[in-house]
Amino acid sequence: MHLTLRHQKQLKTLVIGALAWGIALLLFFPIFWMLLTSFKTEIEAFSTPPSFLFTPTLENYLTINERSDYFHFAWNSVVVSVLSTLLGMLVAVPAAYSMAFFETKRTKSTLLWMLSTKMLPPVGVLVPIYLLVKDAGLLDTKAALIVIYTLINLPIMVWMIYTYFKEIPKDILEAARMDGATLLQEVTSVLLPMSKGGLASTILLSLILCWNEAFWSLNLTSSEAAPLTALVASYSSPEGLFWAKLSAVSTLACAPIIIIGWFSQKQLVRGLSFGAVK
Amino acid sequence: MANLKITQLRKAYGDVEILKGIDLDINDHEFVVFVGPSGCGKSTLLRTIAGLEDVNSGHIYLDEHEITELAPAKRDLAMVFQSYALYPHMTVRKNMSFALDLAGVDKHSIDEKVKAAADILELTLLLDRKPKDLSGGQRQRVAIGRSIVRNPKIFLFDEPLSNLDAALRVQMRLELARLHRDLRATMIYVTHDQVEAMTLADKVVVLNQGQIEQVGAPIELYERPKNMFVAGFLGMPRMSFLDAKVKDVHSQSVDIELNNGTSLSLPIATQNLKSQSHVTLGIRPEHINLCEKESGDMQVTFDVAEHLGSDTYCYAKTHSGESLTIRENSETNVSAGESLGVRINTAKCHLFDQQGNAVGYAVDTEQ
Ligand SMILES: Nc1ncnc2c1ncn2[C@@H]1O[C@H](COP(=O)(O)OP(=O)(O)O)[C@@H](O)[C@H]1O
Ligand SMILES: [Mg+2]
Repeated sequence: MHLTLRHQKQLKTLVIGALAWGIALLLFFPIFWMLLTSFKTEIEAFSTPPSFLFTPTLENYLTINERSDYFHFAWNSVVVSVLSTLLGMLVAVPAAYSMAFFETKRTKSTLLWMLSTKMLPPVGVLVPIYLLVKDAGLLDTKAALIVIYTLINLPIMVWMIYTYFKEIPKDILEAARMDGATLLQEVTSVLLPMSKGGLASTILLSLILCWNEAFWSLNLTSSEAAPLTALVASYSSPEGLFWAKLSAVSTLACAPIIIIGWFSQKQLVRGLSFGAVK
Repeated sequence: MANLKITQLRKAYGDVEILKGIDLDINDHEFVVFVGPSGCGKSTLLRTIAGLEDVNSGHIYLDEHEITELAPAKRDLAMVFQSYALYPHMTVRKNMSFALDLAGVDKHSIDEKVKAAADILELTLLLDRKPKDLSGGQRQRVAIGRSIVRNPKIFLFDEPLSNLDAALRVQMRLELARLHRDLRATMIYVTHDQVEAMTLADKVVVLNQGQIEQVGAPIELYERPKNMFVAGFLGMPRMSFLDAKVKDVHSQSVDIELNNGTSLSLPIATQNLKSQSHVTLGIRPEHINLCEKESGDMQVTFDVAEHLGSDTYCYAKTHSGESLTIRENSETNVSAGESLGVRINTAKCHLFDQQGNAVGYAVDTEQ
């Protein structure tokens, strides 16, 4: 068979398109299934073969509402994510500024070293950190989570902001300095507005990472400071498995972040493909 | 309006010394051009004046006040960068008013100053655009406008025209000259382009490998270069250099013999030359003329001729194989391999000793 160049191109687009859709559906399916299951009764949720046709019920959501205070956990998630992100930005922006614009011969290796700390399994430091938090009297407090999340996310935040700052010509900052700007004015009037896209991506990523974090929240909180991840976990163990309720509570935990992610897709894609586009 | 004094300025990056003891005086209203080959330290010197680079030792005084350690923001100098360095997120108007906003100048006089600068630079219609919607030449004007509105003590320019195309460069060069005339401001201008240096400067500072080779008015540097570097750097096409040997030294002239056996008597007054010492003869292309074969001061063989319309540059070789460049009028027609005589205007010749320093100047250019 002889294909013209145009046909070849069309075929290629078709194959790539189909593949992309396939992967997207594969990734989306668990979420879809979770959503579906959350509207089933426990019996339907457990049946084999799984049923697609059923009468949706809000029963699970109502039970959850009775049994636990969703908004207590959601509020904890919000507070911890937002404050940890703010704290992270307060540290990461100055760090990235000095690394990007006052580079020394050790800057690159410092960055790599910071990033390499992300490769340690968290469980390896569970005991020391648990003891530190306990001794500080911060078990089951939001403060403990905020500090720990900030420390966990800092390497990636500094790295991201560093790559965005690197794209800004040094000349422009020097021009501001010549124009009489103080360090603070140089940063707030020139540097930050010029990199606001990158900063937004970083903030978003940090929010998502904090929101989804489960390991430390499960280990360091019990009720008072427990975020949504802890709420989800509480439905999975003690009373055996209740698939439908677990799905409903998971849906409630994921919903806010999925909605935010949906509205800021563009930022997010740009933010997550940093480095890859270079 | 200000004067600047630099003494024994040194700057190194790591172990590499970039500025090796610079001494320089810049007077009020002066247009000073730093010129030199790429990498000689021009930008570094300008940036130390601006305060954007620290110095290792030495002093900088602005109007008798030492500013060596002062932050750039406190020096009251304005800089135009090679890349223009406009603030991309601000409109032209905001770019120009940024410094005044920071200084807390009142809205009304900011508007007036921006408008005045925009008028001078023909930017009035572009005030609400962002830099990305401007052409290279327009961006350049905004960068200049940004410094004008501030009325700084000194304007600093770092190769401001090198990103423009040739025609625009000539136009902007004229505008800069006009601007300097109208503002009567002190300006320091860095370039590697000797034409910009010659045309714009009141005072040219020739830099080479972190040192000042010579300072002076353009014409002075052209006619009385202190050494072979300055002589060779200024002038298009370059001065030709021929090896020679001193035959005789008189009170008002020097007799030399070139490698090809030609003898010349140069009207140069000097005491420091000994008979038989090796020297270099420097001749600018416009001080050599073609003449009939077997006549003139020596015979040369032609290699290439470049016809520029107004002039013809002839590149030739002497019989001892040294290169010689001759500038002739446009009617000149020579072909490769042709042999002709040349006549040398000995009153305009330069003579350099073995260290490359000028041994004296032709008598008629002596003041
Ligand atoms: N930040 C720096 N670190 C190390 N070397 C530098 C730095 N900036 C400039 N140099 C070196 O200093 C020399 C002079 O640079 P520069 O002043 O920019 O030259 P010019 O402007 O005359 O072309 C060059 O050899 C350059 O490589
Ligand atoms: Mg330079």
